[in-house]
Amino acid sequence: MSRLAPLILTAILLAIWEIACRALNVAPYFLPPPSAVAVALRDHFPVLLGAAWGTLSTAVIALVLASLIAQALALVTALSPLADRAIRPLASVVQVTPVIAIAPLVLIWAGLDHPERALISLAVLVAFFPIFSGAVAGLRAADPDLERLFTLYGAGRWQKVLRLRLPSAVPFLLEGHKVGAGLALIGAVVAEFSAGSGKVRGLAWQILDAGNKLQTARMIAALVLLGVMGVALHALLEAVERAGLKWWRGR
Amino acid sequence: MSFVAALHNVEVDYARGLALGPVSLSIAAGETVALVGPSGCGKSTALRLLAGLESPTRGEVARAPGRGETAVVFQAPTLAPWLSARANVALPLELSGVARPEARRRADEALARVGLAGAEAARPAQLSGGMAMRVSLARALVTNPRLLLLDEPFAALDEITRRALADDVLTLWAASRPAIVFVTHNVEEAVYMASRVVVLSKGPGRIAGDFSVEGPMPRPAHFRTEAAFRATVEQVSTALAQGVGA
Repeated sequence: MSRLAPLILTAILLAIWEIACRALNVAPYFLPPPSAVAVALRDHFPVLLGAAWGTLSTAVIALVLASLIAQALALVTALSPLADRAIRPLASVVQVTPVIAIAPLVLIWAGLDHPERALISLAVLVAFFPIFSGAVAGLRAADPDLERLFTLYGAGRWQKVLRLRLPSAVPFLLEGHKVGAGLALIGAVVAEFSAGSGKVRGLAWQILDAGNKLQTARMIAALVLLGVMGVALHALLEAVERAGLKWWRGR
Repeated sequence: MSFVAALHNVEVDYARGLALGPVSLSIAAGETVALVGPSGCGKSTALRLLAGLESPTRGEVARAPGRGETAVVFQAPTLAPWLSARANVALPLELSGVARPEARRRADEALARVGLAGAEAARPAQLSGGMAMRVSLARALVTNPRLLLLDEPFAALDEITRRALADDVLTLWAASRPAIVFVTHNVEEAVYMASRVVVLSKGPGRIAGDFSVEGPMPRPAHFRTEAAFRATVEQVSTALAQGVGA
């Protein structure tokens, strides 16, 4: 029953929306009823699905790149205190700079012919920080007494990193990737908005284009798809995190 | 008797002031020494000095055991959660270059010695507190150390498990006779497990008493009720009370 509760609430809200639109004669360009959104979703489904795929693939590629860069840098900071001092403030600068503010610059650098490169770079920028800070925290999270034992048994720096600090970091890495994946999707959409051209055929473009043409039902249909995609991605990463922790802890 | 580790006029400063000393203490081969004292007297610091995990601010530490011949058991089991009991126990061997199959075989033997045959594949999260502590003990024993240091090893366990583990440690000690130094708050446990009890005064700790405990090892049944045992417990408790008052 409690698992059905959100579905029931959604159904009730949709019903109120539908009835209100019809009863109050709301103009469809202002607020189309859910039935009209459903029709738009059906009519434009292939195009919307293609756009959703475009956005999702940008986010996934960005997540993979951000993961590689963030973990490599975190490893460097773990191995060298000097690198740690140098890198961490810069990483914070990346975190606090709004992606929307850097987007125009990145679009120029990527070149007008390759806006997809800019999209990926911007999404990487957003997804980077949670993975990086998770990895840095994780690499420091090893039990100090366990580290003393490693010292006692003559483990070298690399042995400590590979056999103690990296495995200790696993729960932090899983959490960082979960947060990073959500942000990569948001970053991809924000970047698409900034690119704002027909060359980038993501969901954000569908929303912009439909808005320009006052096709409000199509706008909402694109938003629905974006929401579904976000929820699905989140659920997937929750499952990955759970499975990962189970493997790590053995139960 | 040859010494295994010794502190000579050792003092340790921490940021908040003197933590230990001056203390001189020599540990002979094969003896079991209990360090008792109030919280904050520097017992654990003394243990880390003997392990070579920390250096004194003043004074000297002499250690006979080479690499891999000292083992430490901490208050918590301190196991790697991502490794099986077997892999945890094999770790010290693998870190010192023993090939994995050989290390795992010896790990299984060590687990059997602490009564954990059959639990080799279990992860720490699947073990009870007492079992996890036994894995920790097996990991300490797997290298056949000359010096075994235990830092309040059973403090987190219930009384029955504590007593069982105390007897197990003595049985294991009888097999290879390493020097054992252990830190405890518990005077009865100290007198039961040790052939020598060293009392530290409140911090910065100095030696407030050094008692030898008569009687066979491992301890016979009803050792705790014998008059000699009660008398030593009384002596140590008195020295401890004076050390706290000093």
